[in-house]
Amino acid sequence: MSSVIQVRGLTKKFGQQFTAVNDLSFSVHKGDVYGFLGQNGAGKSTTIRMLLSLIEPTAGDIEIFGLPLAANRSAIMQKVGAVIEKPAMYEYLTAYQNLKIFSALSGVSKTKTQLLQELDVVGLAARAQDNVGTFSQGMKQRLAIAMAMVNDPELILLDEPTNGLDPQGIADIRNLILHLSREQGKTVLVSSHLLSEIEQVATRLIIIDKGCKLVEGDSKELFDTSKTVVAIQTLDNKKAAELLLQSNWATQLLVNRSSDKEIFMQLDEKHLPSLHKSLVEMGIGVLSVKPMHSLEDYFLQITSTPKYV
Amino acid sequence: MYSLVQVELYKIFKRPRTYIAFGAVAALIGIIQFGLKLDGKSYLDFMLNDLSSSLEIDGKILNGYLVCYVMLQLLLVHVPLLIALIAADMISGEANMGTLRLLLIKPYSRTTLLLAKFIAATIYTLLLLVWLAILALFGSMLLFGTDDMFLLKTSYVVLLKESDVFWRYIGAFGFAALAMTTVASLGFFLSVFAENSIGPIVATMSVIVFFTILSTLNIPIFNLIKPYLFTTHMIGWKEFFDIKVNDSNEAIIGSIQNPDKIIKAAVVLFIHTIGFFVATVLVFRKKDILS
Repeated sequence: MSSVIQVRGLTKKFGQQFTAVNDLSFSVHKGDVYGFLGQNGAGKSTTIRMLLSLIEPTAGDIEIFGLPLAANRSAIMQKVGAVIEKPAMYEYLTAYQNLKIFSALSGVSKTKTQLLQELDVVGLAARAQDNVGTFSQGMKQRLAIAMAMVNDPELILLDEPTNGLDPQGIADIRNLILHLSREQGKTVLVSSHLLSEIEQVATRLIIIDKGCKLVEGDSKELFDTSKTVVAIQTLDNKKAAELLLQSNWATQLLVNRSSDKEIFMQLDEKHLPSLHKSLVEMGIGVLSVKPMHSLEDYFLQITSTPKYV
Repeated sequence: MYSLVQVELYKIFKRPRTYIAFGAVAALIGIIQFGLKLDGKSYLDFMLNDLSSSLEIDGKILNGYLVCYVMLQLLLVHVPLLIALIAADMISGEANMGTLRLLLIKPYSRTTLLLAKFIAATIYTLLLLVWLAILALFGSMLLFGTDDMFLLKTSYVVLLKESDVFWRYIGAFGFAALAMTTVASLGFFLSVFAENSIGPIVATMSVIVFFTILSTLNIPIFNLIKPYLFTTHMIGWKEFFDIKVNDSNEAIIGSIQNPDKIIKAAVVLFIHTIGFFVATVLVFRKKDILS
């Protein structure tokens, strides 16, 4: 499957002290709704801003549509739409005027009728001639999405698109993401700090914490309720992870990096005794094997304390 | 580029703030014209106090040309604030609204975007000066009529024939446009460093006030840097109203006393304008957009 976004070793340091994103690698495939999950301050927005060349990476490579971003920014941005954090627009202009400006900036020539139709898609046709300053947060968010879509992009980046929205607004955004992916074949990267939101739309996802990747994979597998996420503590987690990777259990490893404190696996609960037995046979000193019964438990567990070196 | 400039101008002229400057200029000019129309004689008596005993002056001294000159002397000190209101807001205002990040994910380079914004700010500056010229020059010509222009300088007087004045105003407004563009470029440069408009607007005015004080202070140590300060040269438009005289001490129609001074001042202002813009590009290209 072709990658729309390919990120390798992406790092961003602010000053000498703070590393917002640390050696992050991931890929987004064509047609994916790619969930970008992490707590507030995990590095999601910084990563998305680097994907949009708003922030210059300290290290690492970004390729979008198979082209290096740094050298092909303009060509790439013609096929990208984005909503970055809280919706931003010219509050002294009307919804129609805002859309018209961003249509012109995208190099797209659209008639008034076409622009009004696009406002209609996000439910704002009746308020097209009203100043945006009078809009609610939800209406601004919908207008921001219309502005992001005005150039008919192949790739859409949505950074926390449901922030500040009421339940109906959240549902509308979710339906819109699904519509864009399933009906229009768009590739969508959507970030959130809420697992429940990502769970409902993402086909693949990544979880990051303190700028590091914790897990990346297919949503169906990660959200498979027939399997349990297991946190394992051993005397030497790095060595244990290496041995597991060489064993028949490799495919069930959720995290392919060494861990300071724990290793995570996802497997059917009935296989726990055999796992325990295998660990002992491999000479691994097991301290604990702790099942967690939902991905949410797992998400909370892995994002609550520092884990990886 | 053309569509970018169009969009920037559209945004500028859709903002109520833009019209504050046009309104302020109209109000100030209107008040001065009103005052001089009602009590111009007292103003002239005050101005000619020391000369009235040694000179006999015929004709209409308080004419449109003199009134315009008086207003330019007053207004061109304050117009930079009105320029800064827009120019210093061009980037910081967008950062404050959060729209800067939306502009920067469009398929244009940062340099192209900055150039479009700077061109738009320059067009706004030029329009403000055209507005000033229409009201101050043409308005005064209509209200006060025209005649020879009598100017009282620090140590001498200048008398310009009526037919020899209008082109000087074209030159003076052209020069003022360059000086105000330099102010716009300074505001534009400072705009890169802030995420609200107030800081760069105040900073622009502070720099101008600070440099103006240095330019006017008669302390020898400052004389070394004065030629390099753009504020020293912002009043270069006045040179258009100094006329050359021949050996018989008669004015040479169509001449300027010191054209080299105008050229030098224009070059210094131009270099500052380019310098501020290049510095803006260099800073902005490396800037992480966190707003």
